[in-house]
Amino acid sequence: MSPRLITVFLLSAVAGVAEPVRIELPLEKPGFKPGVGVEFALQQCLICHSSEYITTQPPLSKAGWKASVEKMKAKFGAPIPADQVEALVEYLASGYGPAER
Amino acid sequence: MDSLPPFSESPVTRRDLIRSAAVLGASSLANQVAFAAPEGGVEGEVQLPFANGSRPLVRYPQKRPLIRLTSRPPQLETPASVYSEGVLTPNDAFFVRYHLPNIPTEIDLETFRLEVKGAVKKGLILSLKQLREGFEPVEIVAVNQCSGNSRGFSMPRVPGGQLGNGAMGNARWRGARLKDVLERAGIEVGAKQVAFNGLDSPPMPQVPDFVKALELDHALSGEVLLAYGMNGEDLPMLNGFPLRLVVPGYYGTYWIKHLHEITVLDHAFDGFWMSTGYRIPNTPGACIAPGTTPKSTVPIGRLNVRSFLTSHAEGAAITCGRETVLRGIAFDGGAGISEVVVSLDGGRSWRTAELGEDHGNYSFREWTLSFVSNTPGVAEVKVKATNRLGESQPMEALWNPSGYMRNVVETVRLNLTA
Repeated sequence: MSPRLITVFLLSAVAGVAEPVRIELPLEKPGFKPGVGVEFALQQCLICHSSEYITTQPPLSKAGWKASVEKMKAKFGAPIPADQVEALVEYLASGYGPAER
Repeated sequence: MDSLPPFSESPVTRRDLIRSAAVLGASSLANQVAFAAPEGGVEGEVQLPFANGSRPLVRYPQKRPLIRLTSRPPQLETPASVYSEGVLTPNDAFFVRYHLPNIPTEIDLETFRLEVKGAVKKGLILSLKQLREGFEPVEIVAVNQCSGNSRGFSMPRVPGGQLGNGAMGNARWRGARLKDVLERAGIEVGAKQVAFNGLDSPPMPQVPDFVKALELDHALSGEVLLAYGMNGEDLPMLNGFPLRLVVPGYYGTYWIKHLHEITVLDHAFDGFWMSTGYRIPNTPGACIAPGTTPKSTVPIGRLNVRSFLTSHAEGAAITCGRETVLRGIAFDGGAGISEVVVSLDGGRSWRTAELGEDHGNYSFREWTLSFVSNTPGVAEVKVKATNRLGESQPMEALWNPSGYMRNVVETVRLNLTA
């Protein structure tokens, strides 16, 4: 594999001047399973966070996923249109519910 | 610059410099110290021992490969083997946890400021240099543990960050006492709490910013630090460079990273992450019957007692007839560990372990136990610690709906072979 890029610039050697410290994060790769309604997950969930917040959950029932989606709307202001909630919950329950594990 | 964050990596080559210059662009060349991870950065996979426990091992900037829970924001766990390397958790192995996706990835120490404001006689705006040089530096060795560490083991399972046991670490923190900085500002009569805000920010305005608060008495106790040093070095960026709050004995939710704003309040802070998030059942042991909901809640606070076997993993082989030394750690919320007992027979009988050096009430306390067994088979090893207040660990796990504060007596099965 390619060696990681670690680059140190010592150009500003003026005593007492600190260089800004910067990091680059690895690329994010959304990992939603294919399925009916996956586009809702891609459009809505990824606004705020990566897909692992969903994909690493224990298998949740449909009621459990509905509660999660409602919590995202109520507590965190997720702009999920009311008429998309059911389709999103169906996708999550079928892809990340008990039957899958 | 006086020091570089440490790397246990191969040296930078001239080719690296040239390639990086092209990537970063000439205008950003000057005055930059940059750390970039390889594309993707995935270097392996681990299986945490619960359903849906597969996780990639990923190398993040300033970190060795760690167990990744999420990418945005990054949440990384420490692999179990690290805890047997030494009593202090190395900076490059220390776990990472954020709530909000907009995290700082660049800090300019020339312009970074810590603001102290609110119910104070005189507001302060301090550079890091002023904080380092204008206030007496103190050090404390303290465990930082996520409130939800070990949540993945919860039975029944609960939603949330599905962590194994790796969201904890022990470090020697160095910084100014919060008390000294607050006293420099002068606390107004009627002040009740102090709120802390970091540079990380919400993805949308309606998402609550991650702000935590401490009672004024606690803030003035002298133990809470404004820390700029960790194990003798600067804080890694992902652990809050250049400054974080260190609240010894309290769960990590209070340890605000990239701390830049301290506000003294004349009322109780009611922001989301105090009034709704991070609350535990107001019951002994902070537990309720599985599947139920609490009648009343309080903010999470001090760590409870925990202990782990760190020298041997589940299924490790031990040879009969030879002396084996089991090693581990124990810790609590600040009273200090008084005893660790170990069972080799699933809890039927217990032996007292020898405690290691005392690095202070807030540190991991190492323990060791030597034994010789002549009976091949599976040895069910259990570890149980007690603190100086007589608080200990339950034999059966306690449950709460958020999966906080897990502290059951841990069990590891070892294979004794002839």
